Amino acid sequence: MAQHKVNYLQESGLPIALTTVDKLVQWGRSNSLWALTYGLACCAIEMMASGASRYDFDRFGTIFRASPRQAEVMIIAGTLTKKHAEFTRRLYDQMAEPKWVISMGSCANTGGMFNTYATVQGVDRIIPVDIYLPGCAPRPETLQYAVMMLQKQIRKESAFQKQKPKRLI
Amino acid sequence: MMREYKDRKNAQKRAYYTDRFYVVPSIPKEDVNSDETFAKDYKELKKHFKFKEAYIQRGQLVLIIKPEDNKKILSFLKDELEYTFLSELSASDYLAQSGEFEIFYQLLSMSKRKRLRVKCRIKENSAIESVHTIFKSADWAEREMFDLVGVNVNNHYNLKRIIMPDDWEGHPLRKAYPLQGDEAAQWYEVDKIFGKEYRDIIGPEQRDPARVDKKDTKNFARIYHEVPYGAKPSEKRTNQDYQEEDGVFFIDEFKKSNSKVLNTRR
Repeated sequence: MAQHKVNYLQESGLPIALTTVDKLVQWGRSNSLWALTYGLACCAIEMMASGASRYDFDRFGTIFRASPRQAEVMIIAGTLTKKHAEFTRRLYDQMAEPKWVISMGSCANTGGMFNTYATVQGVDRIIPVDIYLPGCAPRPETLQYAVMMLQKQIRKESAFQKQKPKRLI
Repeated sequence: MMREYKDRKNAQKRAYYTDRFYVVPSIPKEDVNSDETFAKDYKELKKHFKFKEAYIQRGQLVLIIKPEDNKKILSFLKDELEYTFLSELSASDYLAQSGEFEIFYQLLSMSKRKRLRVKCRIKENSAIESVHTIFKSADWAEREMFDLVGVNVNNHYNLKRIIMPDDWEGHPLRKAYPLQGDEAAQWYEVDKIFGKEYRDIIGPEQRDPARVDKKDTKNFARIYHEVPYGAKPSEKRTNQDYQEEDGVFFIDEFKKSNSKVLNTRR
C-alpha cells in the first residue's frame, strides 16, 4: 500500500495563514469574480477570447455565468444602444451585491465613434462603472489587466462595509 | 522672393478648390429598347398600365409609376413577367425639394437574370398601399420604411416600429433629423430608466469627441496618473502594479518589474 505522506514543515511551511476575516472574505471574492455572459458588439469577441483557452480567464476565477443572479461582474463589451439601455440597467439591477462593472472599449466608455442619435454616450450614464478599459477593441490582455486591477481594488475594500452609494444612484 | 500672404485662420474650414462649372454627374439613362428582354417586358406592361417614365440605368430597368398602381404593377411583374424576388424596398426623403417621398421597389428575376426598379412618389401625409401580400419580404421592409422615414403604409397587418424602440419620437432617416438626435433622443435612456427628474443629476451628453479635461477626475483618468474618483489630479506618477506591495496570500507574487517582455512571438 502506498504511503501518502505530506511533510508540511518541509514542503510549503505550516498549513496556517494568519489574517483578518476582512481580508479573507475579500480575497475569496476577488478570486471568484463571476462575470455575466453579456456581449453587445465586437468587444464581446475579445471577451470570449479572454475566456477561451489561450488567455484562460478561469485561472483568475473568472467564470462566465449566464444569469445575473450568479454574476458579480458585468463587463459591458460593446456599443450600448439607447433601445437596449433599459435592459442593461435591468440586468445590472438583478445582480446581487457586491457587484462591479467594467466598461470595455471606447463605445461603452464614451459612445466612441458612434456619435449618433441611437447610441448611449457612455455606459456610465445609466450604470455606475468601476473600471474603464480603453481600446477599440481592447485586446484580451487589457481585459485581463482590468480584472487584475479590479481584484486589487476589491482586496483593498472592507468586506462588511455598507455598500457605498455609487455614481448616479 | 516671398510667398504671397494668405490668411490661414480658417484654412481647414474653407474648401481649397471649387470648380465653378461643376455639375453633379448623373447616371446616364438609356432607352428601354436598347435591351431586348426589357423592351419585351415593357411592351407587355404598357398594354395594361400607364407609366410616367421608363428608362434603363446601369443595365436595370427603371419604371416610374403612379403610387396608386403599385400593387397591381408589382403583382403583374411577379405573376406574368417572372420578377419573383423583391430584394429591397425603401423610401428616400425629398421633403425639402418637393414635399414628397420617393419609394422604390427593387425586383430581381431569377429566370431572366435581370433587375428592375419600380419607383413612385407620394406626398408627405399620404400613404402607400402595402405589397406584403405579394412579396413576403415587403413585410419588414415596409415596417422599416415606416419606422425610419415615416412613410405610412395602408393595409399592412402589423405596422409598427421595427428598429427604433416603440416609444421613439421622430423618424431618424429623414434629412431634417439631427445626427446627434433631437431632445427626446438625447435624453431617451435617462427618461426611460430614471425619469425626467434625473436629467439634472446625470447631465447632458458629452458630444465632443476631442474633449479632454485634465482637472476632471470624475470622467477621466490620466494614464499613469490615476487618482480615486473625484480626487484632486496629481502630477505624481502612479505605479499600477498587479498586486499590492506585500503580495497576496496563496497567490504567487507577480510584479511588473519581474515580468518578461517578449519582443517577438514565440
